[in-house]
Amino acid sequence: MNEELVAKISDLQEEDALRLAGNIIKQGGDPNDVLAAARKAMEEVGQRFAVGDYFIPDLIYSGTILKGIVSIIKPHLKQEEAPKKKGAVIIGTVAGDVHDIGKDIVVFMLDCNGFEVFDLGIDVPKQVFIDKIIETNAKVVGLSGFLTLAFEAMKETVDAIKEAGLRDEIKIMIGGGQIDEKIMNYTGADAYGNDALDAVNLARDWLMQ
Amino acid sequence: MAKNWKEMNSGEKLEARFEKWLSPEGLDFKSLEAKSSYQRKIIRFRDAVQLDKTPDRVPIFPFYTFLPADIYGVTNEQVMYDPEKLASTWMRYLEDYRPDYYLSPALVSTGQALDALDYKLYKWPGHGVPPTSPYQCVEKEYMKEDEYDALIEDPSGFWTTRYLPRICGALDGLKFLGSAVENCELPLLAPMLIPYGLPEVQSALKALMKAGNAALSWVQHIGAFEKEAQERGFVNGAGGVAKAPFDVLGDTLRGTQGMMIDMYRHPEKIVKAQERLVPILIKMGIKASEMSGNPIVFMPLHKGADGFMSDEQFKKFYWPFLKEVVMGLIEEGCLPLLFAEGGYNTRLEYLKEIPRGRSIWLFDRTDMCKAKEIVGDTICMAGNVPASLLVTGTAREVEGYCKELIDTIGKNGGFIMSSGTSLDEARPESLRAMIEVTREYGVYK
Ligand code: B12
Repeated sequence: MNEELVAKISDLQEEDALRLAGNIIKQGGDPNDVLAAARKAMEEVGQRFAVGDYFIPDLIYSGTILKGIVSIIKPHLKQEEAPKKKGAVIIGTVAGDVHDIGKDIVVFMLDCNGFEVFDLGIDVPKQVFIDKIIETNAKVVGLSGFLTLAFEAMKETVDAIKEAGLRDEIKIMIGGGQIDEKIMNYTGADAYGNDALDAVNLARDWLMQ
Repeated sequence: MAKNWKEMNSGEKLEARFEKWLSPEGLDFKSLEAKSSYQRKIIRFRDAVQLDKTPDRVPIFPFYTFLPADIYGVTNEQVMYDPEKLASTWMRYLEDYRPDYYLSPALVSTGQALDALDYKLYKWPGHGVPPTSPYQCVEKEYMKEDEYDALIEDPSGFWTTRYLPRICGALDGLKFLGSAVENCELPLLAPMLIPYGLPEVQSALKALMKAGNAALSWVQHIGAFEKEAQERGFVNGAGGVAKAPFDVLGDTLRGTQGMMIDMYRHPEKIVKAQERLVPILIKMGIKASEMSGNPIVFMPLHKGADGFMSDEQFKKFYWPFLKEVVMGLIEEGCLPLLFAEGGYNTRLEYLKEIPRGRSIWLFDRTDMCKAKEIVGDTICMAGNVPASLLVTGTAREVEGYCKELIDTIGKNGGFIMSSGTSLDEARPESLRAMIEVTREYGVYK
């Protein structure tokens, strides 16, 4: 493991990190090692976010650096080595709501933490969630919403999942904007989260016992 | 006025603005009762803000965008397209719930103008989102990463020839316009005019005329509403609007992600661009406040909340420029009403830097007790009945929450009862509970 690269990425030194990754590749290094270092760095970033040293801008910036690294090594990767995933999570912004900032950060953090994420996008009708649950057999669904109008849409989505006979098999978490415990009870979700880290912890609790 | 405006200090200016607000020109109060009710509400507000006197009771000021439409089963699309319906629905809300202060229906805007411009920055009811949905912003980088210098050099040119063409499909042609400053002698006139002959530019100008007509007829309805509402004794809770300079860039120019990355890649440019925006934003707040004869300048705060940046970043990028705008408004005798959206728990110490009794802070998810403890002596606090409670909770639950606010935060004044969210909906009985419990339980003895 190239510890220097891990440090440059997790300390958000974009230029240094990209230069270093470029040099490793130029000198015939293994792109998979670079990828592994990047993964380790992202775990470190998540850790720093968890303890309150890092904030949302740090997450977003680390994601940008990661993208830069991936684009350097991609041409050299023999085949897309599929790393083992910790389990699948379906996520989307509920019907009527077109906001994706918060949801995208949640997707990013789940992805960095090794979950397989199916991102359904914004303004997602309840039936689309159901179809995806059946198609992927995912056990966790995350509903995101920014506006109060999402309260009702989340409730309807949870109800529809129940009516489709799938409710007992899956765990549902909600989050975004004005969501709190009261709305969790109102919608019938299993849990709610205040930030992307909560989403990771919930998914981990549910998928990794 | 006894003293010349320029000779007054900021406190005297504020007093002068209060006087003007208390005895507005051109209003014909419906009754003596309406007039005294209007003035009592302003004095109540003043006492709550200035922190020198306990008001007669806790002022009542629910915050909302589309709330009245939801209450009376009118769609958001209808009120955006029918200004008469807009005004009558907003008036019905006032008569029905009788809050102390209202927010202008101008917040709802006019669909006809958006149509004429092919507005891209938001989707609005019936146009990309359902008729009952509020308008919603479409997040994109409307200003590119390498455009800071263009903005810094000439903000108004940047807005006209780059920003407007991107956020309005029908204004694409404005990108061909040059700077009018180049025209200062006869031989320089014709070259400056050339773009105005282009079909693209002319079609943009036509779209602007059409949108302008829509705005003009709309504002007449809004103006009539304002006059009528005040003559009936209601008080407008916001005379002008300004924004935090960081949010101007982060909300709808660079976008959330772009702005966050810029803090690492272009720290100096962010600082310079904000320095450029500060005087423009101060003027924007004062101008509208002067036109409305109302000292309150509403400032929604977005990207400086808890979690949105580190303390170091807040200290460097957000606070200094926000503070400059706030101080600029206070110096001119305006009263900034800052809406601290999200949580402000980690930023409270900064608020102590603002002069005592000269600003109102509306809190959303901030710990109210902690805020009272840290800045209760400096600012007037407002808030923070949660939307989750008002939309899904019972009247009794809301009552309980409000009583606790009145007992703890409202103790000895310095507090305005409000929702922590700009509401698009609420259960009518819960909203009513918030207002009525404050009217009765909120009386100071
Ligand atoms: C920034 C902002 C805007 C920007 C948005 C565009 C932009 N480029 O940024 C602008 C200025 C355009 C704007 C406009 C308006 N806004 Co606004 N805005 C905000 C603000 C301050 C932050 C939103 C944001 O960017 N969040 C950042 C993301 C990362 O947070 P998030 O979505 O909550 O996601 C995080 C967590 O919630 C969680 N999470 C998210 N999804 C999920 C899912 C799961 C499963 C889990 C576990 C966790 C999770 O993880 C995420 C990352 O940590 C909020 C207040 C606030 N602080 O929340 C108001 C807020 C959303 N806006 C509000 C309002 C009223 C408006 C306007 C209507 C105002 C007006 N009259 O014009 C308009 C139009 C509506 C709209 N937003 O489109 C209200 C909405 C109230 C309501 N009735 O629903 C809010 C709540 C403010 C308030 N307290 O009143 N807004």
